[in-house]
Amino acid sequence: MQEQFQFSDRAKKICYGLMGAGLLGLLIGILFHYDTPDRIWANLLLNNYYFMGISLIGIFFVAVHTIGFGGWYTIFKRVTESMGAFLPIAGVIMLVITAGAFFHWHGIYHWSHPGVAKHDPIIAGKMPYFQPVFFIGRIVAYFLLWIGLSWMIRKLSLQESDEGEGLNQYKKSKVYSALFLIVFAVTESTISWDLIMSIDTHWYSTLFGWYNFSSYFVGGIAFLILIVIYLKKSGYLQPANDSHIHDLGKFMFAFSVFWAYLWFSQYMLIWYGNIPEETVYYKERFANFSFLFWFNFVVNFMVPFLVLMTRKAKRRMNLLIVVSFILLFGHWLDYYLMIMPGAVGEAAGIGLTEILVAVGFFGAFAFTTLNALTKVPLLATNNPFFKESLQHHT
Amino acid sequence: MERYLIGLYKDDEVLLNAVKEIKAQGIAIDNVFTPFPVHGLDEALELRGSRLHTVAFIAGATGTVLALVFMNWTAAINYPYTVGGKPEAAVPAFIPITFEVTVLFAAVAMTLAFLKRNNLFPGARKRIFDRRITDDHFAITFELTDDMTEQEKDHMTLTLKETGAVEVREKDFEEEGDALDED
Repeated sequence: MQEQFQFSDRAKKICYGLMGAGLLGLLIGILFHYDTPDRIWANLLLNNYYFMGISLIGIFFVAVHTIGFGGWYTIFKRVTESMGAFLPIAGVIMLVITAGAFFHWHGIYHWSHPGVAKHDPIIAGKMPYFQPVFFIGRIVAYFLLWIGLSWMIRKLSLQESDEGEGLNQYKKSKVYSALFLIVFAVTESTISWDLIMSIDTHWYSTLFGWYNFSSYFVGGIAFLILIVIYLKKSGYLQPANDSHIHDLGKFMFAFSVFWAYLWFSQYMLIWYGNIPEETVYYKERFANFSFLFWFNFVVNFMVPFLVLMTRKAKRRMNLLIVVSFILLFGHWLDYYLMIMPGAVGEAAGIGLTEILVAVGFFGAFAFTTLNALTKVPLLATNNPFFKESLQHHT
Repeated sequence: MERYLIGLYKDDEVLLNAVKEIKAQGIAIDNVFTPFPVHGLDEALELRGSRLHTVAFIAGATGTVLALVFMNWTAAINYPYTVGGKPEAAVPAFIPITFEVTVLFAAVAMTLAFLKRNNLFPGARKRIFDRRITDDHFAITFELTDDMTEQEKDHMTLTLKETGAVEVREKDFEEEGDALDED
C-alpha cells in the first residue's frame, strides 16, 4: 500500500493564479498607497508572520505527536511535515522586513525611529534588546533552528520509508522532536515579542507569546484540514476515515476555545489592573477598530464554538471546509488587529491590497506544501504507528 | 417475573460478528454487556447516539445564566458597591466565575444523568446477568416473553451457539429490580 501525490495542473494553475493576485495586490499597494509605505510593509509582515506560524504548526504537530506516542495522525503525517517547507521563504521575507526597520525603509516599529530613545525613557530602557546585531541575529537564529530541526525530522521520516521496518529512525526522531519542542516553546514566544509586541513599544503583555501561538495553531489546523480534505476528495488518503476528520475538527474546536480563553485573559487582566502603560493597547483598538475588535471575537470564538459543537458537524467535510476558511480569515484578522493599529494607525484599512496579498500568501503556502508533498511517498507506511492510524476509530 | 436468555462469549471479535449475524436474522437483542468498550458495537447494534451532550449543553447554559444573573444581582442591584473604580455591573470580572459555574453545572448534570440513565446511582437495584461480564466474558441478552414458543427459544439458543457462544442459559428476575446472583 503506497501512494504518490501528483500535483494536478489545475491545482497548480490555481496556486499560480493566487500568487499572481498577491503580486498584483502588492503592486496596487505600491501604486495607490505610496504615501503610506508602512501600510504595505505592515501587510507583508502580517501575512508572512501568520503563514510562518502555520508552517511551524505543521512541524509542531508532528513533534508533539511523536513525543506523546500519538498514532492516529500517521496517515497524513507527510502533509504536516510538508507544511514546514514554507519556512525558508518566510525566513527570507522576515529578514528583509527586519533589515528594513534598521535601514529605515519603513517605520512600522516605533523603536526604530531615529532619535526616539532620547526623549523617551521607557524606549531607552528597552533599546539594548533592539540592538541591530542582536535583533537580526535572533531572527536568523530562530529560523536556522526551525529549518534545521524540521529538516531533520522530515529526513528521518523519509529514511524510515526507504529503509523499511525498524525503530532506528523513530527513536532518533523522538530526540529531534523533543529538541524542536523545547526550541519552539522559547522562540515562538520571543519572536512574537520581537516582531509583533514591539510594534506597540511601550506596551507589554506577559501572555502574548501564548496568545500568538493559539492564534496560528487554529490557523494551522484549519489549513491542515483543508489539505487533508482536498487530498481525500481528489482520491488520495482513502484510508483516512470519519474519525480522523472528526479528531481534526476536535482540534480546531478545542483550540478556538483556548484562543478565546487567552484573548479574554489578556483583556481582563489589563482591564482590571488599569495601568495606563497597558491600557493604551485597548484604547487604540476601541477608538479606531471597535467593530473589527468585537467581530474578531465573534468570528474566532462564537462561530467555531456554536457550529462545531456537535459530533455530526465535526464529521461533515463540507462544513469543516467552510469553518476552516472562516477561521483562516478570522486569525488573519486577529493578527491584523495586533499589528495595524500600532504600525499604521489611522491609515490602516482592509482594502484590495490587504485582501490580495493575503490570498497571494495563501497560494504560495499551498504551493510549497503541495510541491513538497509530490517529492515523497504520501503514506508513512513504515512508521510504527501506521497500522494504528489505519484502524483509528473514535 | 421477567425471564432472559443469556449468551456468553469469550472474544470481542466473535461477539461483534455474532451481533451482526443475530441482527441479520431479525432477532431483537435486548442488551449487550462487555467488560471494555468494543469498537464498532454501537454501529452494529444500530444504537441511537448518546444524548448526554444535550444534557451538558442545557445544564451549562443554565449555569451561565444563573451565575451572571446572581452576580449582577448581588453586586449591582441588591447591594451596589464600587470596587477599584470599576462599574458595579463589571461583566469582565464576572466571566471567570461564570465559566466555572458553567463547567460545574454541566459536569454535575452529566454525571447524574449518566448514573440515572444507566441505573448506576447509589442504592439502585441492579440486574446482574452474569458476574463474569465485568471480567473476561461478553454477554448478549434477549427478553423471553410468555407468548414465545419452545421452538423459537430453541432457535435462539441454537443461533447463539452457532455464532460462537460458550454458554447459553436462562435467568429469572423479580419485577422490582432483582436480588443478587447466587453463583
